[in-house]
Amino acid sequence: MDTLVSKYAHTASSASFDTADNLGDNLAGWDAASQFALPTFDIPMVANPMDFLRAHTDASAENHIRIQHGTTTLAFKFQGGIVVAVDSRASGGSYIASGTVKKVIEINPYLLGTMAGGAADCQYWERELGRRCRLYELRNKERISVAAASKVLSNMVYDYKGMGLSMGTMITGWDKTGPHLFYVDANGTRMKGERFSVGSGSTYAYGVLDTGYDYNLSIPDALELGRRAIYHATHRDAYSGGSINLYHVKESGWEYKGNHDVGELHWEYQAIPKGPIV
Amino acid sequence: MAYNGGAVVAMTGKNCVAIACDKRLGVQAMTVSMEFKKTFQIAPKLFIGLPGLATDVQTLAEKFRFKANMYKLKEERELEPRTFAHLVSSTLYERRFSPWYVEPVIAGLDKENRPFIASADLIGCLDFAEDFSVSGTTSNQLFGMCESLWEPDLEPEELFETISQALMNAVDRDCLSGWGAEVIVITPDKVITRTLKSRQD
Repeated sequence: MDTLVSKYAHTASSASFDTADNLGDNLAGWDAASQFALPTFDIPMVANPMDFLRAHTDASAENHIRIQHGTTTLAFKFQGGIVVAVDSRASGGSYIASGTVKKVIEINPYLLGTMAGGAADCQYWERELGRRCRLYELRNKERISVAAASKVLSNMVYDYKGMGLSMGTMITGWDKTGPHLFYVDANGTRMKGERFSVGSGSTYAYGVLDTGYDYNLSIPDALELGRRAIYHATHRDAYSGGSINLYHVKESGWEYKGNHDVGELHWEYQAIPKGPIV
Repeated sequence: MAYNGGAVVAMTGKNCVAIACDKRLGVQAMTVSMEFKKTFQIAPKLFIGLPGLATDVQTLAEKFRFKANMYKLKEERELEPRTFAHLVSSTLYERRFSPWYVEPVIAGLDKENRPFIASADLIGCLDFAEDFSVSGTTSNQLFGMCESLWEPDLEPEELFETISQALMNAVDRDCLSGWGAEVIVITPDKVITRTLKSRQD
């Protein structure tokens, strides 16, 4: 029975992690190198795998594979830590596939990642990042820094550059040097910053964020600014919408600040008289 | 067809018809207006819904208004819905090789107050329906909603509820339509126009 199970119970991605047997003398079955090796993926058996993928993800393809795309996400640093706010719409073409997507990925109690671009790419690689951060913690008896974690992610996706990965993410967290915010994308870009917005609705969100931003904002005001910026983006951007997920990153780790449905939020905001901008 | 977005639906009831549209005008992903209505009155009991390319929507609305007025002046009688449907069809087919980018929906009551609805493709292929006609970027979703909600012989108020629910729930599954809606119910003795409040995302 066990042999039968072992015969079928391995996937393409786990294959490279199970190389301990190949080392022969490794009796403990632990091989640090293999634990940090890149996972491998099945490649279509055609002359040029990249052309194959491109042909099937192209909008004009007969059986077009639609990948989740439209999004608005934002994160900014301020006096009280970091605010992270995202929308929840998943669209395939102009079709709304879901209005209740979780676009903030909780990597561990101190690290958050946001999701824009390919949903599967973001989820898979940020989960892989979570695994590597846990291994780091076990080996070094201390939490990984946000800078190191974001670099682990950008290095991982850089190895697949040009192979069609799609992700634009913000990695945020609080380590022993304080709160940090990094932008990481599938091209291999990794930037430290004070405030970022990513996705099709990001320009609208930046507009609100930049006018309302102040480093000395109180925690409730900062959370409200994040929520409002995403709301305005969902209003104007066709591919953003649903509801807003809010997070506050502080010294004790991140805290979830609720789900706010844009459908009701619009009429709430409409009822509030608008003050002068300047 | 997907450049500006938009949705139109028409339904028949018992001695009444309804036509409804969303109010979004966008430029691809960017929503520019939430007050862009796509239905136009042609005669006292006749309306046309024009989803598609906004510039052609406005041009054709004026063109049809002109043609309907000329018909009334020459013939000295009201334009019948079926006649108007053929006028629309011919107007669109004139542009067979460089079409107007609109897919019209026509709804009205004829002189015996019998419900009439029809839709056409962008070069004027007419489709007469007994139950409902849908058009625009939300047509797939609207077909699904109408197939499940519509039933024969709905009274005006029931028809209003049915068409409103069909449209509002359909546009909530389409990125390019929504941002408010307008519903028109045509009965033998009055035309009821209502504006619906809906999700603004």
